[in-house]
Formats: sequence, C-alpha cells, structure tokens
Amino acid sequence: MATTVLFFIFAGLAIGCALSMVYHRNPLYSAVSLVGVFISLSCIYVTLAAPFIAAVQILIYAGAIMVLVVFVIMLLNLDEEKPLNRLRYLYSIGGFLGIILLAQTFFIFIAVHKSPKKPVATDETVGKTMSIGANMYTEYLLPVEIVGILLLMAIIGGVILARRLSQPELTLVVNNELDKRNESEEKDDYRIAL
Amino acid sequence: MEQIVKTAFPFIVISVAILLAFQGVLMIVAYTVLAERKVLGWIQGRIGPNRVGPWGVLQPFADLLKFIFKEDLVPDKSTKFIYFLAPMVALVCALLPIVVYPFGPAITTIDWNFLPYGLGENIRQLPMTIASIDVGVLFVLGITSVGVYGIALAGWSSNNKYSLMGGLRSSAQMISYELAMGASVIGVVMLAGSLDLGGIIAAQSRSPFKWYIIPQFIGFIVFLIAAFAETNRVPFDLPEAETELVAGFHTEYSALKFALFFMAEYVNMFTVSVMCTVLFLGGWYVPGLSHIFEVGSIPYALVSHVAFIGKICGFLFFYIWIRGTLPRFRFDQLMNFGWKFLLPVALANVILTIIVVYFLNR
Repeated sequence: MATTVLFFIFAGLAIGCALSMVYHRNPLYSAVSLVGVFISLSCIYVTLAAPFIAAVQILIYAGAIMVLVVFVIMLLNLDEEKPLNRLRYLYSIGGFLGIILLAQTFFIFIAVHKSPKKPVATDETVGKTMSIGANMYTEYLLPVEIVGILLLMAIIGGVILARRLSQPELTLVVNNELDKRNESEEKDDYRIAL
Repeated sequence: MEQIVKTAFPFIVISVAILLAFQGVLMIVAYTVLAERKVLGWIQGRIGPNRVGPWGVLQPFADLLKFIFKEDLVPDKSTKFIYFLAPMVALVCALLPIVVYPFGPAITTIDWNFLPYGLGENIRQLPMTIASIDVGVLFVLGITSVGVYGIALAGWSSNNKYSLMGGLRSSAQMISYELAMGASVIGVVMLAGSLDLGGIIAAQSRSPFKWYIIPQFIGFIVFLIAAFAETNRVPFDLPEAETELVAGFHTEYSALKFALFFMAEYVNMFTVSVMCTVLFLGGWYVPGLSHIFEVGSIPYALVSHVAFIGKICGFLFFYIWIRGTLPRFRFDQLMNFGWKFLLPVALANVILTIIVVYFLNR
C-alpha cells in the first residue's frame, strides 16, 4: 500500500517535471525540470529495491551530466526560442506520432494487466552493490570493457572536434597601450597624462 | 487509537530523530561561524567578536536577527523563479546528508517495555543513525554533486556579469574536485568492503590499523584538499573572493537569501568534516574504549558521541586555521592542480590499494 502511494507520488512528480521540461521556452527552466525528472526516477528506483542504481542516477545523471548541460546553456547564453510560423505543418505530424505513442503505451499497459501473474523469487541481494559489482566483473566483463572503450572514443572525438588548430597569439595589453600613446604623442600638441 | 499509534510510531520516531539531528547540526554550524571569527581574529593578532554575551557566545543569534531584518532586494531583470530557488537548493542539498551520518554506536541496554500498546516488544537496540542505507557514501557524494546547482543557478539568475563569472568558476571548480574526492574514497571502500557508513566504522574497529588514515594516508590528503575545493574555502575560494569578483555568485542576494547561502557553505564544511572523520578517523570509534565501558551501554555511546564531535571540531578548526594562513589560488592554477595532479594521485592511490589488497588476500 505504501509502495503504491509512493509510486504514484513520484511518478506524478516525474510526469509533471517532464511536461514542464517540454513546455518551457527558456532552456534553463527545461534543464532544471529535467533534473527534477531524474530525481523522481531515482526515488522510484529506491521503491523498487535498487538503491545502488538510485544513488548512481543522482550522482551521474543529475549531478554531472545535467550540470554540464546547464554550463553549456549559461556559457552560450542561449535565449528563449521563438516559434517559427512557417513550420506549422509539423504540428499535425507531431500530433499523429504522439497519438501512436499513446496507443503503444496503452497496449503495453493492457498486455501487462492481462498476463498471468507469477511470483518472482525475490532475492534480497540483487539490487545491492556487492552483487552488481561481482556480476559486472565476472559474468558481464566483456560488455563493461566495450562500454569503457565506447566512452574513450567519445572523449577522444570530443577533444578532436573542439581543439584549436593553433595557439592564440598572446600580446601584452601594456605594449599595445604604449605603442598607441607614442603614436598619438607625435601627432598631438598636448601631453597625455598617465 | 491503538492502531493509529502503532502505525504512526515509526514516523514519530524518525521525525523526532530528524528534528534532533537538524537542531544539533544548525547549532554546530552557528557556532562554527562564531569560532571562525574568533580564531581568525586570534591568528591575525586581534580578538573576534566579544560584545554580545560573554566571549561573544550570543553572536550567532545577533547575526541571525540582522539577516532577518535586512532589506530584501530582488534584481529587476533576474529570472525570478530560479533566483528564489537557488539558495533553497543549496541549503537543502547541504542538509540532506544528515540522515546517513552515524553519530554513535547503537545502544542495546535499554528495556523498551515502558512504551504503551506493546510497541517495545521487538525493539532490540537504539541505532544512532537516522537511516543507515546501503549506499551511504554514494548518497552523500551524489547529494553534494546536486548542490552545485544552487551556485550555478544563483550566478545565472542574478543577471549580473560578476555573479555569472563567479557562478561558472565555482561550478567548474566543484565538478573538477568531485572526481578527486570520489576517487580518494574508493581506497577506503575497498578496505572496508561496504558503502554503508556504519559498516565502514565497524570495519575500521575490526582492522589491525584501527583508523584508515594509516593505510590510506595518500587518500586522506587527497580527500582533504578536494574537500577544501568542494566547499569553496581558502585556498580555493576565488569564486567568492571580494577583491576579484565583488562577492561572486551571491552578489545580488541580500538578507535571508544570503543567510541561506552562508549557512549552506558552513553545513557543507560540516558534511565534509563528518565524511573525513567517518572514512579516515574511524567515526565514533575510540580504540580501547570497549575495554573501559561495556559495548552498547549508555556511557560508551556518550563517550563515543563526544569523541565524534571532537574529531569534527578538529577538522573545522583546521579549516579555519588554513583560512587564516594561506593565500588563494589563481583560477587556472586551481584547475591545473585539480586535473593534472590531484586526480592522477587519487587514481594512483586506488591502484596501489588494489595491488596491496590483492596480495594480502591471496
């Protein structure tokens, strides 16, 4: 009973934050709403007896990835998006795809409802860190290594895409100022007070 | 009536525990502010505040009254919702890890039959942690990561170039040093075999070194330096340096909103002091105390509590001492130090620990 109440609270929060994320034009409000979604999902993971996944969701998704997204929004000074009027025909396509998505959701819901309910052998150690770690490094070692190489590829790609091809030339401001003042001293009659 | 009391009993217990812990932490934080001003004064050859109450003991309350009565300014062109949200996020994320701190050993010598309606039948001990969750260390690290939002959003929403620069610099610094902090904790977790804070203390009491600062000395130094950077304290306090950026990300905040940021900074200091104590100094464990008092009795718990608070106060004093002694880093020196020195040292510590643990377990 308590699990159901908690699930509805956090699921409602997640859906509300997701709607807010899609609705807002200001990109920072959307980013903050997405953080709200991640935190609600983390709470749902806790009710599903997966404390490690919940903690890692907060640590990595909400705490690292979204911080970098917020950084990018602040650094690039992104403004609100003005809706373009000439793309109005896309609303109908979007609505159609939305209806298909909704139909799929209902289909899944009804299918799960109609399936026979078998009790699952609830092993208490499944969500805990020890079992996740042990499985990651024994049975699922190859996928872990492949994921590591994928991340390395992404990092290298990012560095190559964003690198500067030549070092920027550093000139001292003081030298420029002195040059300018020496030039203008030759032209003017006045002395320039420092 | 009995049914209501029986279902509500755990919630009542947890609420009382949270209130007590919250009150305790806020008192410690308030007196840390006073201690900082006094100790900084002594280091700089003067005495700190001593007008309000004997020795300045009532100064925190005077500060609180000042913050409440100040004029509350809101910049005109700021993003109002986020402007008000940012200090709340900072303080909530600073206070949230209180629920996992192991304040002391569990007390087992109380007879619980004085509780009405037979509530005391199955209770065996009074644990001194509000919620001893399985992934305590990750919880604390994750919540302090979310605390970066308070600063970044505050800097952005103030519509002020100095705030934005301060906010961005502070967030960049915090996420850089979070990695080194996490990596330095891995060694301790490997030795203890558990992410639960109470479990780490128990492992320290069982190990031959008693406190993990001895085998994990490098990890301790890395964690301490990363902790200084995480809490934006000297020598890493460029984001709030007065001579550089007016007041950094909290320039446009006045009165009570600034008080929330101020408290959040000191509660963050308290959080990393507690983490340092639990992970490296054995938390409430005093080696040899179990020979004097019986384990699980009230005097044992009391002395352990006092020892825990003493260790935390030692770290807070160290924070203030460093503030009075060292100059601050330039921002590029700060970032170079975090990425090019501290993180490799932390990872080297992890590799060293792995090798030693592997050969010891053979």
